[in-house]
Formats: sequence, C-alpha cells, structure tokens
Amino acid sequence: MSRRPATVPPGTDGPDGMPLVPEHGVLKSLLGAWALAACAPAEAEAVEEHLGDCGPCADEALRLREAVGLLHRPESLDLDPGLRTRVLESCLERRPPRVPVPEWAAAYDAETARLDALLQDFGVSEWHAPVRLRWYEADEASSRRTTVAGVIAHLLTVDGLVAVALGLDDPLGTVAAARPTPAERTEAYWRAARFPPTRSVRGPWREQSHALVRTVSFTGGGTGRTTVPYGDFELPLSDAMLDRAFECWVHAEDIAEAVDYPYEPPSGRHLHRLVDLAARMLPAVLEHRRLHGLASPVERRLVAAGEPGRSLRLEIEGSGGGEWLIPLDSPAAKGSAEHEVAHVALDGAEFCRLAAGHLPPREAAAGQEGDRTAIRDVLFAAASMSRM
Amino acid sequence: MPQRDAPPRWDRRMQQRLARGEAAALGELYDRFASLVHGLAHRVVGEEHAADAITRDVFAHLWQHPDAYDPGEGPLRSWLAALTNRLAVQRLRTTETAALARGGHGTTEDLERKLRHASVAARADYIVQSMPAPLRAALELAYFQRRDYHQTATDLGVTDDEARRRLRLGLQLLATAHDAETPGAPPGIGGAA
Repeated sequence: MSRRPATVPPGTDGPDGMPLVPEHGVLKSLLGAWALAACAPAEAEAVEEHLGDCGPCADEALRLREAVGLLHRPESLDLDPGLRTRVLESCLERRPPRVPVPEWAAAYDAETARLDALLQDFGVSEWHAPVRLRWYEADEASSRRTTVAGVIAHLLTVDGLVAVALGLDDPLGTVAAARPTPAERTEAYWRAARFPPTRSVRGPWREQSHALVRTVSFTGGGTGRTTVPYGDFELPLSDAMLDRAFECWVHAEDIAEAVDYPYEPPSGRHLHRLVDLAARMLPAVLEHRRLHGLASPVERRLVAAGEPGRSLRLEIEGSGGGEWLIPLDSPAAKGSAEHEVAHVALDGAEFCRLAAGHLPPREAAAGQEGDRTAIRDVLFAAASMSRM
Repeated sequence: MPQRDAPPRWDRRMQQRLARGEAAALGELYDRFASLVHGLAHRVVGEEHAADAITRDVFAHLWQHPDAYDPGEGPLRSWLAALTNRLAVQRLRTTETAALARGGHGTTEDLERKLRHASVAARADYIVQSMPAPLRAALELAYFQRRDYHQTATDLGVTDDEARRRLRLGLQLLATAHDAETPGAPPGIGGAA
C-alpha cells in the first residue's frame, strides 16, 4: 500500500479514485494488524488518527493490544519420558484397574510411548534422515539403508504380525509378502508404496501399537494358546510382545542416532524382561546352530530332558541385571550352577545390542572366563538372533 | 494431528473405558493429552517439578472419577484444560500463600494479581492451541516471524483482506482469555479461584 497523508479528511479521493483516507470499515479491519505492528507506517498512522475519534474502535484496539501481550513463544518443553510411568503407576495405585495391561505387555506399552515422544517434534528433514538397519546373518554383519520414516514403516509391518495373530487388521492390507517373515513383509510394504514412506506412517503405527496393548489387555493376563507366527518360527503372544518392545527400543536407538538425539535404555524392570527373553531363547538358538554346523559340536553329552546340563553363567550388570544359567547342550536341559563351564559378564544394554546385531560378538563381554568355545558359541548365537 | 478436533465419539469411548477400569485406556489418555496438560500447568506454576505433580493429579482425578466428565457437555480436551488450570492455580495459591506467611514480600493483592495473571496466561495458551489452524498460522507469521499483514497474506496465499480478518479474529479470540467466563474457552476454566 502506498503512503497516504493521514490529514486528508475521510472520503477524499486520491488521483486513482481510491480513497486517500480509508473508511471506518477498512480501518476497523486493520485493528488486528495494527495491534501486531503488522501494517504499513501510513496505515498505522491512519488507524491511530481514527482511534482518537471512534470510541468503539479505540476500545477494541486496546483489547487487541492487550491480547498481543498474551502471545507467547511456546517453550519446547520435552516431557520427561519417565513421567508417563510415574503418572500411570500413581493412578493405578489410587484405583486398581479392573482390566490391567499384562505385565509382559508393559515394556511394549512404555517403549512405543517413548519412541512416539521422540518422533513428536521431527520435521521433514528428520523424517527423511538416512538410517542404516543392522543385523547379523550367517555370522556376518548385514545392513539395509532406509530412512526414519522407513524404520517406522518396518515397525508397523512387523508389529502387524501380532495384530494379525490377534485378529486385528493387517497393516499390509492387500499387499502380499513372498513369505510372512519380518524382512519379507517390510520389503513388500516398502516396495508397494509409490513414494518412500513419510511422516504419515506415524499415525497408523501409533494406532496399531495402542490397539495391540488394548487387545492383549483383554486376554486376561494369561496368553492362552495364542502364538504369533514369524514365518520361520513362532513365539507365544507374551514373548512376541517382549520381542516387539525390544525391536521398538533398538530401532528407536537407530533413529535417535541418525538424528543425533540422546536416547536412554528402557527402565531396569523392562530391560530385565528383554534380557530374560533373549536368555530363554538362547538354548534353542544354540541347538539350531549346532544342527547347521554353526556352533561347535563340542564333546556333546546327551542330557535327559529336565536334567541339569553344562551351563554358561550369563551375568548381566547394571539396572535390570541378573544372572541366567544357559544350558549349552540341549534346550531341554536345565541350567545348572554345578555344571557351570563358563562365565560371561555384560552390561544389560550392551547384551541387548549384541542380540540386536549392533555389537560384534568378538567385541562383546567385559568379563569372560572358562570354556572359550562355549563363550564364543553363546555370543555368536546371541548376535544371530538379530534380524532386520 | 489427531489431537485436534477429536470427534466426540473418541471422548465418549474413552470415558466409558476409563469407567470400566481399563488401564490401557489410561495410557492412551496420557499419550494424547499429557503435553497439553503439562504445558498449561507449567505456564501457571512456572516450574518443572510442580508441573509434573499437577499432571499426575489431573490424570489421577479423571481415572478415579471418570463420571466427573460428561461427554455431553463438551470435549474432553477442554475439560482437562479447565481441570489443569484449576489445580495449577490452586497449587500456586498454596505455595505463594505459604511464602507470604514466611515473611516473603508483597501483599495479598499482589498475590491475587499474580494468580489472575498466571491463569489468564494459561487460558491464552489453550486458546491459541485450540483456535482454527488458519488463524493460528496468521498470528504465528505476524507475531513470531514479524511479517506484516501483506507478507502474511502472500505467505498464506490469501488476499490482504483475508489476512487482516484472520489477524483481527485471532486476537479477538485470544482477548477472551481475560474474561472470567470465557465463551470460547471451556466451562469452569475462568477465574483465579
């Protein structure tokens, strides 16, 4: 807008036929912009002139100026991630739930909430930041490049295995995966999209994770006979939910690393359960590897089911830690302190990174003593549990 | 974001699930509203620890008394904002009164003014967060980015007239934060008491 002499009486036309001094209606419409100091100097002058003569406009101008004082740059207040657990626990103490979230789903509930909070303030550049997914395959480090949004799509499709087992919708929809494994489902989902995944994947992922927690709450704590097929193997529902919590945390760390944000390990109580899942799975993994010649046959002694067998003591240090006796010779054998042949000590988060394929087995374990072959077998078996 | 304009159906379902004692519902409730509640509480009390405690009390209150919220009377979001404001001002009153009693300076009139001020500020935040997105976007450009209304119009792809209208309307809504019973704001959110 051009300059207008504010002293010319209203209604006077300028050379182009436009009024030199705007009418009351125009001046009134300028009050918001004026209060925000967002109009041209000449307009501001015209408004101020007008306020001297017009009571209603003067009242409104004052009111709007005061309102400007209430505008406030929202502080980016990152909610303390631990607050959720504290608030929910305090609520549940005051009024015990009639339908609790099962103990084995609590880690998934907490980890998905933590990841969602991390995603909260991501802009476009963060959503498309490159991420390298890493895991072990045939005892070699493997990786696959994707983006932050691609990782969330991966979590969505693999969590979908649990959703399908519970009778919920498959996030894959009509997209067909060659095999119902986590990797094939993810690749199929990525391929089927016409464009690389964007931030729009967050909503479906979060809705599904809420739906899973909601649905498993109605299984009444016991997991009944529900199992979750992963293509090559299957897990009881309770272990599948722990596995999904584990993956959620591991990939949240991948994302946090990619965008250079700090990210903490799960709370000790939850970390303990995740370590426990891995420790419980190790004997079967060792057996499987022995059958495929990946673990040393050692001087294998047949152990009757339920009998104590040669064991490795896995000592997990730090918050969430504990001790596990891993039977080495058969998944059916019982871990036994008397038959301990090796001892490995690791930090809980480090053990999980090993099992996630983020830590080379050779570099793992702060302390090791005893049968070196047994130790090697267990560390490689742990890394082999990792997948995309 | 799903936070805005949540359908009343969601509110009604949530209220029923809370009444049934479903812990998973409490988690979802927290995930949707914790940052709103914590932000408003922080705006009143200006302190992290107290804002955490208020957040806890707000969720505990609804969890313990799910029937206190009636979906027929308005959105859950507004109801929670009103409850937060009330509990936060209460807490500020308690701590400030105690400070005054310990011989802190200022008068009870100063205290009342401070409480009113904090309450208005929190209401204003809520109004900004809840106003239609086009109005908020215009205010954001004109105030925080220091664009004049003509530039604001260009940025938003609207006419100058429309930009002026949005700025004025946005401020008019915001100004209702000063009113004791705010028409645009949730019932019961008004007053420093």
